[in-house]
Amino acid sequence: MPKVLKLNKGAEEGVRELLRFLLESGRVKGVLTLSKLNKNGAVAYLLITDPDALEDAVPLFPLMPANAAKLLSHLTLMEPANEPIAAVVRPCELRAFVELAKRSQGSMENMLFVSSTCGGVYPLEMATDGRIAEELAQYWEAIGKGDIASETRPVCKACVHFLPYTADITVSLIGNKNVGKECQLFLNTDKAEQLVAGFAGEVGEGSIESPELNQFHGKSEAEKENLFSEVKVEGLKGLIDTFGRCINCHGCSKVCPICYCKLCFFESEVGEYKATGYDAELRERGGLRVPPGTIFYHLGRLTHVSVSCVGCGMCTDVCPANIPVATIFDKTSQSVQEIFGYLSGKDVTEPVPLTTFEKEELSYVEE
Amino acid sequence: MDEHFTPNIVGFLCNWCSYTGADLAGTARLQYPPSLKVIRVMCSGRVDPVFILKALLMGADGVLVGGCHPGDCHYQTNNYHARRRVALLKKVFETLGLESERIRLSWISASEGERFKRVNTEFTERLEQKGPNPTKAEVFL
Repeated sequence: MPKVLKLNKGAEEGVRELLRFLLESGRVKGVLTLSKLNKNGAVAYLLITDPDALEDAVPLFPLMPANAAKLLSHLTLMEPANEPIAAVVRPCELRAFVELAKRSQGSMENMLFVSSTCGGVYPLEMATDGRIAEELAQYWEAIGKGDIASETRPVCKACVHFLPYTADITVSLIGNKNVGKECQLFLNTDKAEQLVAGFAGEVGEGSIESPELNQFHGKSEAEKENLFSEVKVEGLKGLIDTFGRCINCHGCSKVCPICYCKLCFFESEVGEYKATGYDAELRERGGLRVPPGTIFYHLGRLTHVSVSCVGCGMCTDVCPANIPVATIFDKTSQSVQEIFGYLSGKDVTEPVPLTTFEKEELSYVEE
Repeated sequence: MDEHFTPNIVGFLCNWCSYTGADLAGTARLQYPPSLKVIRVMCSGRVDPVFILKALLMGADGVLVGGCHPGDCHYQTNNYHARRRVALLKKVFETLGLESERIRLSWISASEGERFKRVNTEFTERLEQKGPNPTKAEVFL
Protein backbone atom coordinates (compact mmCIF):
# COMPACT_ATOMS: atom_id res chain seq x y z
CA MET A 1 0.00 0.00 0.00
CA PRO A 2 1.31 3.45 -0.84
CA LYS A 3 1.94 5.93 1.96
CA VAL A 4 -0.53 8.75 2.23
CA LEU A 5 -0.44 11.97 4.18
CA LYS A 6 -3.84 13.19 5.32
CA LEU A 7 -4.26 16.89 5.99
CA ASN A 8 -7.14 18.75 7.57
CA LYS A 9 -6.70 21.54 5.09
CA GLY A 10 -8.05 22.25 1.66
CA ALA A 11 -5.96 20.81 -1.19
CA GLU A 12 -4.64 24.12 -2.40
CA GLU A 13 -3.82 25.37 1.08
CA GLY A 14 -2.33 22.01 1.99
CA VAL A 15 0.04 22.06 -0.96
CA ARG A 16 0.94 25.68 -0.29
CA GLU A 17 1.71 24.82 3.34
CA LEU A 18 3.79 21.87 2.25
CA LEU A 19 5.77 24.08 -0.11
CA ARG A 20 6.28 26.59 2.68
CA PHE A 21 7.44 23.82 5.00
CA LEU A 22 9.90 22.54 2.41
CA LEU A 23 11.33 26.01 1.81
CA GLU A 24 11.49 27.00 5.48
CA SER A 25 13.13 23.75 6.52
CA GLY A 26 15.67 24.20 3.73
CA ARG A 27 14.83 20.79 2.27
CA VAL A 28 14.26 22.46 -1.07
CA LYS A 29 15.76 25.75 -2.14
CA GLY A 30 13.19 26.66 -4.77
CA VAL A 31 9.60 26.02 -5.66
CA LEU A 32 8.01 26.21 -9.09
CA THR A 33 4.30 26.86 -8.87
CA LEU A 34 1.48 28.80 -10.45
CA SER A 35 0.93 32.13 -8.82
CA LYS A 36 -1.79 34.78 -9.10
CA LEU A 37 -0.91 37.81 -11.18
CA ASN A 38 -4.04 39.79 -10.44
CA LYS A 39 -7.67 39.38 -9.51
CA ASN A 40 -8.87 38.76 -13.07
CA GLY A 41 -7.78 35.16 -12.95
CA ALA A 42 -4.44 35.50 -14.72
CA VAL A 43 -1.76 33.20 -13.34
CA ALA A 44 1.85 32.56 -14.28
CA TYR A 45 4.52 30.11 -13.23
CA LEU A 46 6.77 31.54 -10.58
CA LEU A 47 10.05 30.19 -9.24
CA ILE A 48 10.02 31.03 -5.56
CA THR A 49 12.78 30.95 -2.94
CA ASP A 50 11.23 33.22 -0.28
CA PRO A 51 8.49 31.41 1.70
CA ASP A 52 6.55 34.66 2.06
CA ALA A 53 6.22 34.89 -1.72
CA LEU A 54 4.05 31.76 -1.54
CA GLU A 55 1.13 33.84 -0.38
CA ASP A 56 -0.25 34.31 -3.87
CA ALA A 57 0.66 30.80 -5.02
CA VAL A 58 -2.24 28.83 -6.49
CA PRO A 59 -0.52 25.50 -7.20
CA LEU A 60 -3.69 23.70 -8.34
CA PHE A 61 -5.33 26.50 -10.33
CA PRO A 62 -6.97 24.95 -13.42
CA LEU A 63 -5.14 26.89 -16.10
CA MET A 64 -1.97 26.14 -18.02
CA PRO A 65 -0.32 29.44 -18.98
CA ALA A 66 2.66 27.48 -20.31
CA ASN A 67 3.62 23.84 -20.30
CA ALA A 68 5.85 23.65 -17.23
CA ALA A 69 8.04 21.06 -18.95
CA LYS A 70 9.30 23.77 -21.23
CA LEU A 71 10.16 25.99 -18.27
CA LEU A 72 11.90 23.16 -16.41
CA SER A 73 13.84 22.36 -19.56
CA HIS A 74 15.09 25.96 -19.73
CA LEU A 75 16.16 25.73 -16.08
CA THR A 76 18.01 22.44 -16.38
CA LEU A 77 19.17 22.29 -20.00
CA MET A 78 22.83 23.10 -19.41
CA GLU A 79 23.18 21.35 -16.05
CA PRO A 80 20.95 19.81 -13.39
CA ALA A 81 19.56 22.08 -10.69
CA ASN A 82 22.36 22.54 -8.17
CA GLU A 83 19.89 22.92 -5.31
CA PRO A 84 16.74 20.86 -4.78
CA ILE A 85 13.60 22.28 -6.41
CA ALA A 86 9.99 21.26 -5.85
CA ALA A 87 7.79 21.68 -8.91
CA VAL A 88 4.01 21.50 -8.83
CA VAL A 89 2.99 20.34 -12.28
CA ARG A 90 0.11 18.65 -14.07
CA PRO A 91 0.41 15.01 -15.20
CA CYS A 92 0.84 16.00 -18.86
CA GLU A 93 3.50 18.55 -17.97
CA LEU A 94 5.37 15.91 -16.03
CA ARG A 95 5.11 13.49 -18.96
CA ALA A 96 6.44 16.13 -21.31
CA PHE A 97 9.37 16.80 -19.00
CA VAL A 98 10.16 13.09 -18.83
CA GLU A 99 10.28 13.10 -22.65
CA LEU A 100 12.54 16.15 -22.66
CA ALA A 101 14.85 14.63 -20.07
CA LYS A 102 15.12 11.48 -22.19
CA ARG A 103 16.04 13.67 -25.13
CA SER A 104 18.76 15.39 -23.06
CA GLN A 105 16.80 18.64 -22.95
CA GLY A 106 16.64 18.82 -19.19
CA SER A 107 17.49 16.95 -16.05
CA MET A 108 15.25 15.43 -13.40
CA GLU A 109 18.07 15.39 -10.88
CA ASN A 110 17.45 17.36 -7.69
CA MET A 111 13.77 17.73 -8.55
CA LEU A 112 10.79 16.86 -6.43
CA PHE A 113 7.67 16.53 -8.53
CA VAL A 114 4.32 17.27 -6.93
CA SER A 115 1.42 16.45 -9.21
CA SER A 116 -2.26 15.67 -8.86
CA THR A 117 -5.09 13.64 -10.26
CA CYS A 118 -5.95 16.27 -12.81
CA GLY A 119 -9.45 17.34 -13.68
CA GLY A 120 -8.28 19.34 -16.66
CA VAL A 121 -7.76 23.04 -17.20
CA TYR A 122 -9.70 25.89 -18.79
CA PRO A 123 -8.79 27.34 -22.16
CA LEU A 124 -6.31 30.22 -22.11
CA GLU A 125 -8.94 32.57 -23.51
CA MET A 126 -10.66 32.35 -20.13
CA ALA A 127 -7.47 33.39 -18.36
CA THR A 128 -8.16 37.05 -17.91
CA ASP A 129 -11.88 37.61 -18.21
CA GLY A 130 -12.66 36.46 -14.69
CA ARG A 131 -14.75 33.53 -15.89
CA ILE A 132 -12.55 30.92 -14.25
CA ALA A 133 -13.23 32.47 -10.84
CA GLU A 134 -16.95 32.05 -11.51
CA GLU A 135 -16.48 28.46 -12.65
CA LEU A 136 -14.17 27.34 -9.85
CA ALA A 137 -16.79 26.17 -7.36
CA GLN A 138 -18.48 24.14 -10.10
CA TYR A 139 -15.09 22.73 -11.18
CA TRP A 140 -14.19 21.34 -7.76
CA GLU A 141 -17.67 20.02 -7.19
CA ALA A 142 -17.67 18.19 -10.52
CA ILE A 143 -14.32 16.47 -10.15
CA GLY A 144 -15.07 15.73 -6.51
CA LYS A 145 -17.95 13.62 -7.77
CA GLY A 146 -15.83 12.05 -10.52
CA ASP A 147 -17.49 14.12 -13.23
CA ILE A 148 -15.85 16.12 -15.97
CA ALA A 149 -16.07 19.86 -15.36
CA SER A 150 -17.85 21.75 -18.10
CA GLU A 151 -16.01 24.46 -20.07
CA THR A 152 -12.62 22.79 -19.63
CA ARG A 153 -10.57 22.27 -22.79
CA PRO A 154 -11.73 19.51 -25.14
CA VAL A 155 -8.36 17.69 -24.99
CA CYS A 156 -8.52 17.83 -21.20
CA LYS A 157 -11.99 16.31 -21.16
CA ALA A 158 -10.73 13.56 -23.44
CA CYS A 159 -7.53 12.93 -21.46
CA VAL A 160 -7.20 9.48 -19.91
CA HIS A 161 -3.77 10.09 -18.40
CA PHE A 162 -4.95 12.24 -15.52
CA LEU A 163 -3.17 10.09 -12.96
CA PRO A 164 0.51 11.12 -12.87
CA TYR A 165 2.96 8.32 -13.68
CA THR A 166 6.21 9.54 -12.18
CA ALA A 167 5.28 12.09 -9.52
CA ASP A 168 6.98 11.92 -6.12
CA ILE A 169 3.84 13.27 -4.49
CA THR A 170 0.34 12.97 -5.94
CA VAL A 171 -2.42 15.20 -4.58
CA SER A 172 -5.75 13.44 -4.78
CA LEU A 173 -8.28 15.81 -6.36
CA ILE A 174 -10.62 13.63 -8.40
CA GLY A 175 -13.09 12.09 -5.98
CA ASN A 176 -12.25 14.48 -3.15
CA LYS A 177 -15.67 15.87 -2.25
CA ASN A 178 -14.22 18.05 0.47
CA VAL A 179 -11.40 19.56 -1.50
CA GLY A 180 -11.76 22.89 0.35
CA LYS A 181 -11.39 21.30 3.78
CA GLU A 182 -9.23 18.20 3.56
CA CYS A 183 -6.80 16.51 1.25
CA GLN A 184 -4.64 13.47 0.76
CA LEU A 185 -1.09 13.58 -0.50
CA PHE A 186 0.20 10.25 -1.77
CA LEU A 187 3.90 9.79 -1.16
CA ASN A 188 5.05 7.65 -4.06
CA THR A 189 8.80 7.68 -3.52
CA ASP A 190 11.28 7.42 -0.64
CA LYS A 191 12.44 10.90 -1.50
CA ALA A 192 8.92 12.22 -0.93
CA GLU A 193 8.65 10.45 2.41
CA GLN A 194 11.97 11.84 3.61
CA LEU A 195 11.22 15.39 2.53
CA VAL A 196 7.77 15.41 4.05
CA ALA A 197 8.85 13.90 7.40
CA GLY A 198 7.96 16.27 10.22
CA PHE A 199 5.25 18.09 8.29
CA ALA A 200 1.75 18.36 9.76
CA GLY A 201 -0.87 15.66 9.35
CA GLU A 202 -0.71 11.94 9.81
CA VAL A 203 0.90 9.43 7.52
CA GLY A 204 -1.10 6.31 6.87
CA GLU A 205 -1.60 3.90 4.05
CA GLY A 206 -4.15 4.05 1.31
CA SER A 207 -4.90 3.68 -2.34
CA ILE A 208 -5.49 6.49 -4.77
CA GLU A 209 -8.03 4.35 -6.63
CA SER A 210 -11.63 5.24 -5.89
CA PRO A 211 -15.03 4.67 -7.51
CA GLU A 212 -14.99 8.36 -8.53
CA LEU A 213 -11.60 7.96 -10.20
CA ASN A 214 -12.84 4.94 -12.13
CA GLN A 215 -15.97 6.80 -13.12
CA PHE A 216 -13.86 9.75 -14.27
CA HIS A 217 -11.78 7.37 -16.35
CA GLY A 218 -14.85 5.94 -18.01
CA LYS A 219 -16.20 9.37 -18.80
CA SER A 220 -12.88 10.53 -20.21
CA GLU A 221 -12.67 7.45 -22.43
CA ALA A 222 -16.13 8.22 -23.80
CA GLU A 223 -15.21 11.88 -24.35
CA LYS A 224 -12.07 10.80 -26.15
CA GLU A 225 -13.97 8.52 -28.46
CA ASN A 226 -16.42 11.32 -29.27
CA LEU A 227 -13.77 13.94 -29.80
CA PHE A 228 -11.61 11.71 -31.98
CA SER A 229 -14.51 10.78 -34.21
CA GLU A 230 -15.72 14.38 -34.35
CA VAL A 231 -12.41 15.94 -35.29
CA LYS A 232 -11.13 14.00 -38.20
CA VAL A 233 -8.96 14.70 -41.14
CA GLU A 234 -9.79 12.73 -44.26
CA GLY A 235 -7.10 12.89 -46.90
CA LEU A 236 -5.53 15.85 -48.59
CA LYS A 237 -8.80 17.78 -48.89
CA GLY A 238 -9.44 17.28 -45.19
CA LEU A 239 -5.93 18.46 -44.36
CA ILE A 240 -6.49 21.62 -46.35
CA ASP A 241 -9.91 22.19 -44.80
CA THR A 242 -8.40 21.93 -41.35
CA PHE A 243 -4.97 23.48 -41.67
CA GLY A 244 -5.69 25.75 -44.64
CA ARG A 245 -6.76 28.54 -42.31
CA CYS A 246 -3.41 28.45 -40.48
CA ILE A 247 -1.84 31.92 -40.44
CA ASN A 248 1.71 30.53 -40.15
CA CYS A 249 2.43 32.13 -36.80
CA HIS A 250 4.10 28.89 -35.65
CA GLY A 251 2.67 29.55 -32.20
CA CYS A 252 1.86 25.85 -31.87
CA SER A 253 5.51 24.95 -32.13
CA LYS A 254 6.60 27.81 -29.84
CA VAL A 255 4.45 26.54 -26.97
CA CYS A 256 4.94 22.83 -27.68
CA PRO A 257 7.10 21.24 -25.01
CA ILE A 258 8.31 18.59 -27.45
CA CYS A 259 9.26 21.10 -30.18
CA TYR A 260 12.55 22.00 -28.55
CA CYS A 261 14.84 22.53 -31.56
CA LYS A 262 16.67 25.83 -31.27
CA LEU A 263 16.69 26.14 -35.03
CA CYS A 264 13.44 24.78 -36.36
CA PHE A 265 13.67 22.99 -39.69
CA PHE A 266 10.54 24.81 -40.80
CA GLU A 267 11.95 28.21 -39.94
CA SER A 268 15.34 27.57 -41.48
CA GLU A 269 16.41 28.67 -44.93
CA VAL A 270 15.86 25.13 -46.22
CA GLY A 271 12.13 25.66 -46.11
CA GLU A 272 12.16 29.02 -47.83
CA TYR A 273 10.84 29.42 -51.34
CA LYS A 274 12.98 31.41 -53.74
CA ALA A 275 11.79 32.79 -57.05
CA THR A 276 12.98 29.65 -58.84
CA GLY A 277 11.02 27.51 -56.40
CA TYR A 278 7.81 29.39 -57.09
CA ASP A 279 8.56 29.25 -60.77
CA ALA A 280 8.94 25.48 -60.83
CA GLU A 281 5.81 24.87 -58.79
CA LEU A 282 3.69 27.36 -60.68
CA ARG A 283 4.60 25.78 -63.99
CA GLU A 284 3.16 22.51 -62.66
CA ARG A 285 0.14 23.75 -60.73
CA GLY A 286 -0.84 27.06 -62.24
CA GLY A 287 -1.34 28.54 -58.77
CA LEU A 288 0.22 28.34 -55.33
CA ARG A 289 -0.72 29.58 -51.90
CA VAL A 290 1.60 32.30 -50.65
CA PRO A 291 3.56 31.64 -48.60
CA PRO A 292 3.45 27.92 -49.35
CA GLY A 293 4.37 25.14 -46.96
CA THR A 294 1.50 25.21 -44.46
CA ILE A 295 0.55 21.57 -44.93
CA PHE A 296 4.21 20.59 -45.03
CA TYR A 297 4.78 22.39 -41.75
CA HIS A 298 1.96 20.62 -39.91
CA LEU A 299 2.67 17.18 -41.35
CA GLY A 300 6.37 17.67 -40.70
CA ARG A 301 5.76 18.69 -37.13
CA LEU A 302 3.52 15.67 -36.68
CA THR A 303 6.28 13.31 -37.81
CA HIS A 304 8.78 15.08 -35.54
CA VAL A 305 6.76 15.19 -32.32
CA SER A 306 4.26 12.33 -32.53
CA VAL A 307 6.40 9.77 -30.68
CA SER A 308 6.67 12.12 -27.72
CA CYS A 309 3.48 14.21 -27.88
CA VAL A 310 1.61 14.12 -24.55
CA GLY A 311 -1.54 15.86 -25.77
CA CYS A 312 -1.14 18.76 -23.33
CA GLY A 313 -3.28 21.01 -25.50
CA MET A 314 -1.11 24.12 -25.52
CA CYS A 315 -1.10 24.23 -29.32
CA THR A 316 -4.89 24.47 -29.54
CA ASP A 317 -4.88 26.99 -26.71
CA VAL A 318 -2.70 29.45 -28.59
CA CYS A 319 -4.01 28.91 -32.12
CA PRO A 320 -5.44 32.22 -33.35
CA ALA A 321 -7.23 30.42 -36.21
CA ASN A 322 -9.06 27.99 -33.91
CA ILE A 323 -7.55 24.89 -35.46
CA PRO A 324 -7.99 21.86 -33.16
CA VAL A 325 -4.26 21.15 -33.44
CA ALA A 326 -3.97 19.26 -30.17
CA THR A 327 -6.80 16.87 -30.95
CA ILE A 328 -5.31 15.93 -34.31
CA PHE A 329 -1.84 15.61 -32.85
CA ASP A 330 -3.09 13.63 -29.86
CA LYS A 331 -5.03 11.22 -32.04
CA THR A 332 -2.18 10.71 -34.51
CA SER A 333 0.41 10.43 -31.76
CA GLN A 334 -1.60 7.81 -30.02
CA SER A 335 -1.68 5.58 -33.09
CA VAL A 336 2.03 6.21 -33.75
CA GLN A 337 3.03 5.42 -30.17
CA GLU A 338 0.92 2.26 -30.28
CA ILE A 339 3.01 0.72 -33.06
CA PHE A 340 6.08 1.05 -30.85
CA GLY A 341 4.25 -0.10 -27.71
CA TYR A 342 5.18 3.20 -26.13
CA LEU A 343 3.41 5.81 -24.05
CA SER A 344 5.18 9.15 -23.95
CA GLY A 345 6.35 10.25 -20.54
CA LYS A 346 5.22 7.16 -18.69
CA ASP A 347 8.55 5.56 -17.95
CA VAL A 348 11.81 7.44 -17.46
CA THR A 349 13.91 4.39 -18.31
CA GLU A 350 12.20 3.50 -21.57
CA PRO A 351 14.06 4.97 -24.56
CA VAL A 352 12.27 7.22 -27.06
CA PRO A 353 11.17 4.92 -29.93
CA LEU A 354 13.20 6.62 -32.66
CA THR A 355 16.43 6.25 -30.71
CA THR A 356 16.15 2.51 -30.50
CA PHE A 357 14.92 -0.52 -32.45
CA GLU A 358 14.29 -4.24 -32.33
CA LYS A 359 15.91 -6.45 -34.91
CA GLU A 360 12.72 -8.36 -35.55
CA GLU A 361 9.80 -5.97 -35.90
CA LEU A 362 7.62 -4.00 -38.28
CA SER A 363 8.14 -6.51 -41.09
CA TYR A 364 4.84 -5.28 -42.59
CA VAL A 365 6.51 -2.09 -43.81
CA GLU A 366 9.20 -4.00 -45.70
CA GLU A 367 8.23 -4.70 -49.27
CA MET B 1 -6.02 8.59 -77.30
CA ASP B 2 -5.38 8.55 -73.57
CA GLU B 3 -1.91 9.57 -72.68
CA HIS B 4 -0.20 6.85 -70.69
CA PHE B 5 0.48 7.91 -67.10
CA THR B 6 4.04 7.20 -66.05
CA PRO B 7 4.46 7.87 -62.35
CA ASN B 8 7.28 9.93 -60.96
CA ILE B 9 9.02 8.08 -58.17
CA VAL B 10 11.65 9.67 -55.98
CA GLY B 11 14.07 7.03 -54.76
CA PHE B 12 16.29 7.56 -51.75
CA LEU B 13 18.84 4.80 -52.27
CA CYS B 14 21.61 4.00 -49.86
CA ASN B 15 25.10 4.29 -51.27
CA TRP B 16 26.30 0.86 -50.20
CA CYS B 17 23.50 -1.50 -51.19
CA SER B 18 20.50 -0.20 -53.09
CA TYR B 19 22.33 2.39 -55.19
CA THR B 20 24.92 -0.21 -56.12
CA GLY B 21 22.12 -2.66 -56.84
CA ALA B 22 20.66 -0.09 -59.24
CA ASP B 23 24.08 0.21 -60.88
CA LEU B 24 24.19 -3.54 -61.30
CA ALA B 25 20.79 -3.53 -62.97
CA GLY B 26 22.22 -0.95 -65.34
CA THR B 27 25.43 -2.80 -66.19
CA ALA B 28 23.41 -5.99 -66.65
CA ARG B 29 21.20 -4.04 -69.08
CA LEU B 30 18.02 -5.02 -67.27
CA GLN B 31 14.93 -3.26 -68.59
CA TYR B 32 12.69 -1.42 -66.14
CA PRO B 33 10.28 1.54 -66.35
CA PRO B 34 11.86 5.00 -66.53
CA SER B 35 9.89 6.20 -63.50
CA LEU B 36 12.51 6.34 -60.78
CA LYS B 37 14.48 9.53 -60.04
CA VAL B 38 17.30 8.53 -57.76
CA ILE B 39 18.76 10.54 -54.90
CA ARG B 40 21.81 8.85 -53.44
CA VAL B 41 22.05 8.99 -49.66
CA MET B 42 24.85 7.50 -47.60
CA CYS B 43 22.41 5.41 -45.61
CA SER B 44 18.67 4.78 -45.51
CA GLY B 45 18.93 5.99 -41.91
CA ARG B 46 19.71 9.45 -43.27
CA VAL B 47 16.21 9.79 -44.68
CA ASP B 48 14.23 12.10 -42.42
CA PRO B 49 10.48 11.46 -42.89
CA VAL B 50 10.33 15.13 -43.84
CA PHE B 51 12.24 14.35 -47.08
CA ILE B 52 9.55 11.88 -48.05
CA LEU B 53 6.82 14.35 -47.15
CA LYS B 54 8.41 17.11 -49.17
CA ALA B 55 8.71 14.90 -52.25
CA LEU B 56 5.10 13.77 -52.00
CA LEU B 57 3.78 17.29 -51.42
CA MET B 58 5.76 18.60 -54.37
CA GLY B 59 3.96 16.12 -56.57
CA ALA B 60 5.99 12.92 -56.60
CA ASP B 61 3.65 9.97 -57.16
CA GLY B 62 5.65 7.73 -54.90
CA VAL B 63 8.74 7.58 -52.74
CA LEU B 64 11.00 4.55 -52.54
CA VAL B 65 13.44 4.23 -49.66
CA GLY B 66 16.07 1.61 -50.46
CA GLY B 67 18.50 0.24 -47.91
CA CYS B 68 20.70 -2.73 -47.09
CA HIS B 69 19.01 -5.88 -45.80
CA PRO B 70 18.65 -6.03 -41.99
CA GLY B 71 21.97 -7.02 -40.51
CA ASP B 72 23.92 -5.81 -43.57
CA CYS B 73 23.91 -2.05 -42.94
CA HIS B 74 27.27 -0.46 -43.71
CA TYR B 75 26.80 1.58 -40.53
CA GLN B 76 25.71 -1.48 -38.53
CA THR B 77 22.15 -0.64 -37.53
CA ASN B 78 20.85 2.47 -39.24
CA ASN B 79 18.52 0.66 -41.60
CA TYR B 80 16.63 -0.50 -38.49
CA HIS B 81 16.15 3.15 -37.62
CA ALA B 82 14.98 3.84 -41.17
CA ARG B 83 12.39 1.11 -40.77
CA ARG B 84 11.01 2.77 -37.63
CA ARG B 85 10.85 6.16 -39.35
CA VAL B 86 9.03 4.78 -42.39
CA ALA B 87 6.61 2.89 -40.13
CA LEU B 88 5.95 6.14 -38.25
CA LEU B 89 5.31 8.16 -41.38
CA LYS B 90 3.04 5.52 -42.87
CA LYS B 91 1.05 5.48 -39.63
CA VAL B 92 0.71 9.28 -39.69
CA PHE B 93 -0.55 9.00 -43.27
CA GLU B 94 -3.05 6.27 -42.39
CA THR B 95 -4.42 8.21 -39.42
CA LEU B 96 -5.02 11.25 -41.62
CA GLY B 97 -6.52 9.29 -44.48
CA LEU B 98 -3.57 9.96 -46.79
CA GLU B 99 -2.24 7.35 -49.21
CA SER B 100 0.47 5.50 -47.35
CA GLU B 101 0.86 3.11 -50.30
CA ARG B 102 2.77 5.87 -52.04
CA ILE B 103 5.62 5.21 -49.62
CA ARG B 104 7.66 2.07 -50.02
CA LEU B 105 10.58 0.68 -48.05
CA SER B 106 12.60 -2.07 -49.71
CA TRP B 107 15.85 -3.78 -48.89
CA ILE B 108 17.97 -4.24 -52.01
CA SER B 109 21.56 -5.48 -51.72
CA ALA B 110 24.44 -4.55 -54.04
CA SER B 111 24.16 -7.92 -55.77
CA GLU B 112 20.41 -7.76 -56.34
CA GLY B 113 20.13 -5.99 -59.70
CA GLU B 114 17.27 -8.29 -60.57
CA ARG B 115 15.45 -7.41 -57.33
CA PHE B 116 15.98 -3.71 -57.98
CA LYS B 117 14.32 -4.14 -61.34
CA ARG B 118 11.42 -6.05 -59.79
CA VAL B 119 10.85 -3.53 -56.96
CA ASN B 120 10.87 -0.66 -59.41
CA THR B 121 8.52 -2.39 -61.85
CA GLU B 122 6.07 -3.48 -59.16
CA PHE B 123 6.01 -0.08 -57.49
CA THR B 124 5.51 1.65 -60.84
CA GLU B 125 2.58 -0.65 -61.63
CA ARG B 126 1.01 0.00 -58.25
CA LEU B 127 1.27 3.75 -58.75
CA GLU B 128 -0.06 3.52 -62.30
CA GLN B 129 -3.15 1.90 -60.85
CA LYS B 130 -3.48 4.54 -58.12
CA GLY B 131 -3.12 7.35 -60.61
CA PRO B 132 -1.42 10.71 -60.17
CA ASN B 133 -0.77 12.04 -56.69
CA PRO B 134 -3.57 14.52 -55.85
CA THR B 135 -0.99 16.94 -54.41
CA LYS B 136 0.06 17.68 -57.97
CA ALA B 137 -3.14 19.56 -58.71
CA GLU B 138 -3.50 21.20 -55.31
CA VAL B 139 -2.69 24.88 -54.92
CA PHE B 140 -3.37 25.45 -51.21
CA LEU B 141 -0.39 23.56 -49.90
